[in-house]
Amino acid sequence: MAATPLLDIKGLSVEFRTRNGVVRAIENVNLELAKGEVLGIVGESGSGKSVTAFTVIGLLDGAGAPVAGSAKYDGIGVTDADETTMRDLRGREIAMIFQNPRAALNPIRPVGRQIEDVLLRHGLATHETARSRAIEMLKKVKIVEPELRYGSYPFELSGGMCQRVMIAIALACNPRLLIADEPTTGLDVTTQKATMDLVRDLTQDRKMAVVLITHDLGMAATYCNRIVVMEKGNVVETAPVATLFTAPQHPYTKKLIAASPGPNSTLDDLTLKSPSSSSPTVRLAASAKSPKSDKTGSRNILEVFNLVREFPVQQAVNGHWTWFNSSHDKKVFRAVDDISFNLKRGESLGLVGESGCGKSTTSSIITRLMDPTSGDVIFDGKNITALPARNFSRRPERSQIQMVFQDATDSLNPRHSAYDSISEPLKRLLGYRDERLIEKKVEVLAERVGLPQALLRRFPHQLSGGQKARVGIARAIAVDPKLLILDEPTSALDVSVQAVVLQLLDRLKHELGMSYIFVSHDLNVVRLMCERVVVMNRGKIVEQGNVNDVLRNPADPYTKALIAAIPNFEAKTSNPAPPLSMPTQSDLV
Amino acid sequence: MTRISDAMQKKIKHFRYIMVQNPVTIFAFSLFGLIVFLAVFGPWITPYDPLATNATNTLKPPNWDHLFGTDHLGRDVFSRVIAATRLDLGIAVSAVALSFFIGSALGCSAGFWGGWTDRIVGRFSDTIMAFPLFVLAMGIVAAMGNTVANIIYATAIINLPFYARVARAETSIRRNAGYVFSARLCGSSDIRILATQVFPNILPPMMVQISLNMGWAILNAAGLSFIGLGVRPPDAEWGIMVAEGANYIISGEWWLAIFPGAALMLAVFCFNLLGDGLRDLVDPLRRT
Repeated sequence: MAATPLLDIKGLSVEFRTRNGVVRAIENVNLELAKGEVLGIVGESGSGKSVTAFTVIGLLDGAGAPVAGSAKYDGIGVTDADETTMRDLRGREIAMIFQNPRAALNPIRPVGRQIEDVLLRHGLATHETARSRAIEMLKKVKIVEPELRYGSYPFELSGGMCQRVMIAIALACNPRLLIADEPTTGLDVTTQKATMDLVRDLTQDRKMAVVLITHDLGMAATYCNRIVVMEKGNVVETAPVATLFTAPQHPYTKKLIAASPGPNSTLDDLTLKSPSSSSPTVRLAASAKSPKSDKTGSRNILEVFNLVREFPVQQAVNGHWTWFNSSHDKKVFRAVDDISFNLKRGESLGLVGESGCGKSTTSSIITRLMDPTSGDVIFDGKNITALPARNFSRRPERSQIQMVFQDATDSLNPRHSAYDSISEPLKRLLGYRDERLIEKKVEVLAERVGLPQALLRRFPHQLSGGQKARVGIARAIAVDPKLLILDEPTSALDVSVQAVVLQLLDRLKHELGMSYIFVSHDLNVVRLMCERVVVMNRGKIVEQGNVNDVLRNPADPYTKALIAAIPNFEAKTSNPAPPLSMPTQSDLV
Repeated sequence: MTRISDAMQKKIKHFRYIMVQNPVTIFAFSLFGLIVFLAVFGPWITPYDPLATNATNTLKPPNWDHLFGTDHLGRDVFSRVIAATRLDLGIAVSAVALSFFIGSALGCSAGFWGGWTDRIVGRFSDTIMAFPLFVLAMGIVAAMGNTVANIIYATAIINLPFYARVARAETSIRRNAGYVFSARLCGSSDIRILATQVFPNILPPMMVQISLNMGWAILNAAGLSFIGLGVRPPDAEWGIMVAEGANYIISGEWWLAIFPGAALMLAVFCFNLLGDGLRDLVDPLRRT
C-alpha cells in the first residue's frame, strides 16, 4: 500500500468528561484505510468502536474531545478542522449509516425529500432535477415502485426499507468513505443479508472505502477485507480476514472468536476454559439427573393444540378512523395461526422466526399474560387456557411457568434494587414473610446464577448487561418453575457475555430439572441450547423437528433462506467475501 | 442497622451532590428552608403581635422599630408578613397534596387501563380545564361557603387535571414495560403493579409538577383572599394584606402592599426554581 491512505488515524485518544471524572474512551488508536477497502471494526460494547467513527465524522458528543493524535481524511485533519469544513465533508465525502434507521430518518418528512435534502445541500442537484435524482437513488437501493415510495413517510416502511433509504441518503452524493455503524442491528437475518449485500454491491461499483462497525464476527468476516479488533478503547489486533480467523494472535480476539457460536461449535467451546474447569462435574450432574427425568419423560409437560390469536386491525372507513369497531365488518390480523406443538419434561424447544412471525405472541399466551382467540394450552395435564389471563396470577400454576425477558434493562424496575427484584416473586408467589428467610433464599439464588452478593443492593443502572441478565434469570427461577420461557434472553448482550449466560442457563436446566422454550432469531444459539426446534413464519409453523435435522437438512424453503442468511466466519476463512446471491431474498424482504 | 445508616449516608451524599451540581438549586432549597422555618416558628419570632392594633402609631413608613412600617390600624407589617407564611404555605401544601393524590390516582388508572376509564377521566379533566380556572375556584368557594377549607378544596380541584394528565402520559409509556410483565408473572394484581412498579417510576416528572404547582397554589390562595374570599380580616395573609394595602398606594403608603407582595413573589419564585432539584433527588438514575 504505497499510495497515501484515504483515512489515516494516528495515535488518536478521545476523552469524555463525566460525573466520575475524565474517562478515556479510546486510547492511542492507529488505523489506515486505503481507497476501496472494506475495514471491519469489531468489538464489544464500550470498546470504543463507535467513538472512533464519530470522531472521524466530527459528530462527537459535547462532553467528548480528542486529546491526542490525529485523524486525517485525504490529507485533511478532521480532528482540528472547523465546523464549516466538516459540514462540507459530511455527506459529500464521508457518509454514515446509523444503527437504528427508523430513528435516524426524520419521521415527518417523506423519504424522497430527505434524499433531496442532502443532494441540494451539497449542490449536486437543482430543484428541478432533485426529484428525479432521488427516485433514481431509491431505484438503486432496490426499493420497489420508487416513484410511489418517494412520498412515503418512514413509519410506512419496514425496518429493512428504512435502512435502504438511509443507504440511499448516504450514497446520494457519491462519497468516497462510508461509515456503517452496526447497520443491521434490529433487522432480521434475511433482511440483514439483503441490506449488507446491497451495501457491498453499491460500494464495490463505486470503489468506495467502507468502515463497517459491528459486534458480529460472522458479518465482519463475510463483508470485510481487513478487521480491526478493539477492546476497552484499544486496538488489540489488525489483520486480513483470512489470517484473523485462522491464526488469531491476541487472547481477546481468541476469546471473541470462541464465544461466537458457529454451525459446529458446542456450548463448552464458547468460553476458553482451563482444563480444570467445572464443566465435567456439571455434565455428571446432568447425566445423573437424566434417568430420573426419563422415567416421567414420556409425559409432555406442555401441549399446545390449534392455538390461534387474532388482533383487530384498525381500518379507515370513508377515510376516517373508526371510533367504535362494529362487530360485523371487523378486520382481523392472525398473529398466531393454528399452531400445535408439545414439549417434553426436561426438554428444550427452540422457537425460531423473524420479527412478526408470532413467536412472542405464542410465548405470551403460554405464560398466560395474554388470552388466545381459540385453542388450548395443556400444562402438566391441566388446561390452563380455561381461565382468563387476568385471574391466572392467583392460580398455583403461576409459579410453575416463568419467563426471562428479552431486554434485561427494560424488565427490571429502575427503582428496585437487584435484591428487591429477586425477592418479589418469593414474597408474592410463595408468600414468604420472614425477612431473614427471604434474604437467605435470595443469596442462594444469587450464588446459583453467579451474581456477587455485593451487587444485590445495586440498582439496575449500576449493573452491566450480563449482571442484569443474571438478575432476570434469578428472579425467574426463584419460585422453582417447571417451565421457563426464554424470550431472546441474550439478544442484547455481547457475545462473550452471551456465551457465559448460555452456559449458565444450560447448567440451571440440568440442576433444577426445568423445561425450556427458547425463543430466538439466532439459529446458532438455538442449536446449542435446544433438542428440538419449531420454525415459525407469518403465524404458522413451517417446520419442526430435531434441531440438528432441521438445521442441517431444512425441508421448508423459508427455513433454508433463514439458514443461508446467517453470516458466519467458519466457511469464510479460506475465500473471503464470495459474491453470494440468494434468489429468494426479494420475496422475503 | 449498618445497612440503614449506609443507605442514609448514601442519601445524604446524593443530596450534597445534587446541591453542588447546581448553585440555583442551593439557592432554591435555602429559600425553601427559610419559608418552612418561618411557617413553623413564625408566631414565636415575630417582634410584635401581628393582630395587635395601635391607634397612636398608624401608617408609619419603615423604620428601625418597624422594619416594614405599620398599617392603617398600627399593626406591624413585618410581623404580619411572617405570620402569614404559615397560613399561605398551609393552604398551598394541603391543596397540592390533595390534587397530587387524587390526580395521580385518576391519571394512573386512566393511563394503565385505558379504554373507558381513560375516556371518562380524560373528559372530566377536559371539563375542568374548559373553565377559566380562577373563576371556577371563585365559584366553588362562593357556592360552598367562605372558609379556608373551601379555598383548599377549590385550589385542589382546579389543579387536578394537570396531575391527572402528567400521570396518565407517564403511566401509559410504562404500561408495557418489561418490569410490569415480570411483576405480573410474580402474581401481582393490577393495583399492586400500579402502586409498587409504575407509580414510583412516574415520581420524577410529578415532582416537577408539584413544585411548579405549589407556587401557583400560593398565588391562587392569595388571589382568592385578595378579592375577599376565604381568609377574613384581621387574619394575616399575603393576599389580603396586598388588598388592604392597595388602597394606600395612591396616598403614598407603598410599604403596606409592597412587602407582602414581595413575600408572595419570593415564595412563588422559590417553588419554581425547586422543581429541577426535586426531580434530581427522586430520580434513581441520578445516583451512582
